[in-house]
Amino acid sequence: MNLYEKTATELSDMLRRKECSAAEISQEVLERTETSEERIGAYITRCEDVMQQAEAVDKAIAEGRALHPLAGIPIALKDNISTKGIRTTCASRMLENYVPPYDAAVTEKVRRAGMVITGKTNMDEFAMGASTETSYMKVTHNPHNPEYVPGGSSGGSAAAVAAGETILSLGSDTGGSIRQPAALCGIVGLKPTYGSVSRYGLVAYASSLEQIGPMGKTVRDTAMLYSLICGRDQMDATTVRREYPDFASALSGKVQGLRIGVPREYFGDGICPEVSVAVWEGIRLLEQAGASVREISLPDTEYAVSAYYIIASAEASSNLARYDGVRYGFRAKHYKGLTDMYERTRSEGFGDEVKRRVMLGTFVLSSGYYDAYYKKARAAQQRIKRELADAFRECDILITPTYPTPAFPLGEKSDDPLKLYMSDICTVTANLSGLPAISVPCGKTASGLPMGMQMMAPAFSEQVLLNAAYAYETLCGGFWSGGTVI
Amino acid sequence: MKDYEIVIGLEVHAELNTQSKIYCSCRSAFGMDVNTQICPVCMGLPGALPTLNEKVVEYAIRMGHALNCHINTVCRQDRKNYFYPDLPKGYQISQADVPLCENGYLDILVGGEARRIRVNRIHIEEDAGKLLHDGAYPGSLADLNRCGVPLIEIVSEPDLRSSAEARAYLETIRSILLCLGISDCKMQEGSIRCDVNVSVREKGTRELTVRCEMKNVNSFRAAVRGIEYEAKRQIEILEGGGTIIQETRRWDDGKGMSFPMRTKEDAQDYRYFPEPDLLTIVVDEEKVQALKESIPELPHAKIRRYMKDYGFAEIDAALITEDIERAALFEACAESGRCKPKNICNWILADLAKYTNDTGQKISQTPITPKRLTELIEQVEKGVISNTAGKKAFLLMMETGREPLAIIEEEGMAQNSNREELRQLVREVFSDNQKSVLDYRNGKGKALGYLVGQCMKRSGGKANPSLIREIVTHMLSE
Repeated sequence: MNLYEKTATELSDMLRRKECSAAEISQEVLERTETSEERIGAYITRCEDVMQQAEAVDKAIAEGRALHPLAGIPIALKDNISTKGIRTTCASRMLENYVPPYDAAVTEKVRRAGMVITGKTNMDEFAMGASTETSYMKVTHNPHNPEYVPGGSSGGSAAAVAAGETILSLGSDTGGSIRQPAALCGIVGLKPTYGSVSRYGLVAYASSLEQIGPMGKTVRDTAMLYSLICGRDQMDATTVRREYPDFASALSGKVQGLRIGVPREYFGDGICPEVSVAVWEGIRLLEQAGASVREISLPDTEYAVSAYYIIASAEASSNLARYDGVRYGFRAKHYKGLTDMYERTRSEGFGDEVKRRVMLGTFVLSSGYYDAYYKKARAAQQRIKRELADAFRECDILITPTYPTPAFPLGEKSDDPLKLYMSDICTVTANLSGLPAISVPCGKTASGLPMGMQMMAPAFSEQVLLNAAYAYETLCGGFWSGGTVI
Repeated sequence: MKDYEIVIGLEVHAELNTQSKIYCSCRSAFGMDVNTQICPVCMGLPGALPTLNEKVVEYAIRMGHALNCHINTVCRQDRKNYFYPDLPKGYQISQADVPLCENGYLDILVGGEARRIRVNRIHIEEDAGKLLHDGAYPGSLADLNRCGVPLIEIVSEPDLRSSAEARAYLETIRSILLCLGISDCKMQEGSIRCDVNVSVREKGTRELTVRCEMKNVNSFRAAVRGIEYEAKRQIEILEGGGTIIQETRRWDDGKGMSFPMRTKEDAQDYRYFPEPDLLTIVVDEEKVQALKESIPELPHAKIRRYMKDYGFAEIDAALITEDIERAALFEACAESGRCKPKNICNWILADLAKYTNDTGQKISQTPITPKRLTELIEQVEKGVISNTAGKKAFLLMMETGREPLAIIEEEGMAQNSNREELRQLVREVFSDNQKSVLDYRNGKGKALGYLVGQCMKRSGGKANPSLIREIVTHMLSE
């Protein structure tokens, strides 16, 4: 098996046993990328110093220094995570040439652990979208079928891992942006509890909803990366100080006595039967292994998508106000005076989906509409939160589909934003309530496209979540048997 | 013309003098090189996040206590959204519905009368940057050093009724900020600024009428002029049968006029919403109490106490309490009970104030101590030295740091107050100036001064002048 097809766990062990060098891993990943990237289009920016980074790790290994288990492992970062000296575009014309002068908190952790940053991945513009098609920069193809979308907004991060163009990746999840592309590309993606990973340096879309999270081929890989990036950060006031265990080493794979709740609202009309069946099969597998399963009802789920788009857009309208052409990024070439400069810069610099959400957000915060929209959405959010908290009195985890459908063909839904919004039904509740949720592969459709199963748990119960996911992975014989997908 | 009443409300913005900015660790100092006190946070770079400087909350709560406010121990911060090139994030972090402090009051003295002005709220927020214009560059340049400097906004109720009251209110606010040591209050550096709301109504009516807000008011003097201009403008409109429209106007101090900026119709919608990057502020009650106890006697309370306890005129009481060190020196001297408070006050406001002004020193930088000052005043009060000699001794003390008693002794400043000796001296002067003595007895009052002068001259300036005058007068009438 090629090195780029292996998991981070395997590569980490091989490095420790000196069966390969970091340089060899990176070399193989680079060669793989050379041949596949034209068909995939996962990266916006590929790092030029990959081999130097890898060689530095080999040097440290040779010197016998104690290294992080992820040292020497290639990783790709979504292009909304700030990287000092490497442009961070958010896949927007607005930031096409923006090079941050500082590292995001997670970038710093990744660098300090000796991980090899392979590049910055494509995404929906400013993380607004579910197919990576709103990117100004390029198209990303699903590694399982290049005619199909990779999902989004972290489509590049998911595709890069699935195609072997990197080993691990970081995405960001505001309404499903890690879990949904993970599901559509057949990998694992974790949206951590709000406040467990620093957002410092993550270009903000909807601050109160989003978290950076790990994506990998297996649950163990994902758990390892999560252990690296989580923790309180004094630069992000919303991070929580608490003990975060070593998640990967605590995976037991036992589900005896685990109480699984299955909310029927997540299996409604919009859900493709193939997906529904696959998820139920997964649930039965866990039940056979000793978990108990009960169907529950979460009626307030009905309000989730509306509440999500109002709150996220409101915050986005404010978060994106800084792109005004004054200090950095794009500025319109021709303008007359300040207001005209603002208007032209923002009209030309933002794509349609971004403008749609900025306008929607501006509207719902306007005087006279605030109470009817924003305030009401916040009230709905509180109800959804309470309803989930109640559900977790009787259940340890909830299992649902990650996305109503498998990947759809490129271009199919780009003219129908509302249809695309409605498909976020399964993922947005975790963001609205701040809860952790993971997507794991649960088989493929008849046409060979991956599907995802989502598990949700109470706040800071990542260990429970990862363990259940790991149990499922073990029960179905592993998600990753090697071999390339394209 | 009808009789009108002016109704004024003030919004005072004061920069707090914390070491670092409100949401990052950059220095908040004034006057540094352009764009040197900045970081990703205060520059509003993509992905940067604010974290609250706790000192700002403490300072604001202390001001809240000083203005008798209720402290909201649980409150949030909100975003105020608007576009301007000096505002790098496109929003200012401020407080909307629930300010840190609210429902307070401030008692001010206007022409010796106390007036209670209600304070609606005090909230914390961040300052914006500054736009610069350089002849060499055709556009505007932005200096972001000031971005994130902490501000408190103190909003009064519309309780002020004249420009004099507004001035007294502003000066009292300023003296409290200085006394608490939380703001430098330097008008010329923009560390205290105000927006003025003015309306006029017929005297005797109680309803609030349409108001105009005036911005760009950069000094207390400008506030007074602006209010007077605005009130006159509104009265003229009403007298001419017109109506006032609600608008924001810009004060041009150079022209002494205000100009329309925007009307209510195109008023900005700031779209406030809770700042998601910051946690709710929660201050525990014990801390609020401890901060309350840390508030010293405030200048305006001190003024009233000095007027009551020492019988000072308001102007003297105000001047002596204006500076914390000055007030402390006065109190220490007065407590000794060795000399009259009125005299202490005069010495501090005349000789000491002149000295510190001339040398540019603070009181604490000079050799003056309560003990030295009381000893000196005591010698003058007892007549051991003359007032003139006292002033001389004072200057010597300040310049050399020597003790006043030693100076009097070594410089031979003590005056002669021995009645027997002085009587002998007067006798000698009378016999040398018999004509003047006769002139006086024939009704020429002026001769008295001449004789006193001759006595002083003969004593070499050492004779106690009031005693000489007493003896001369007495002996002339014999």
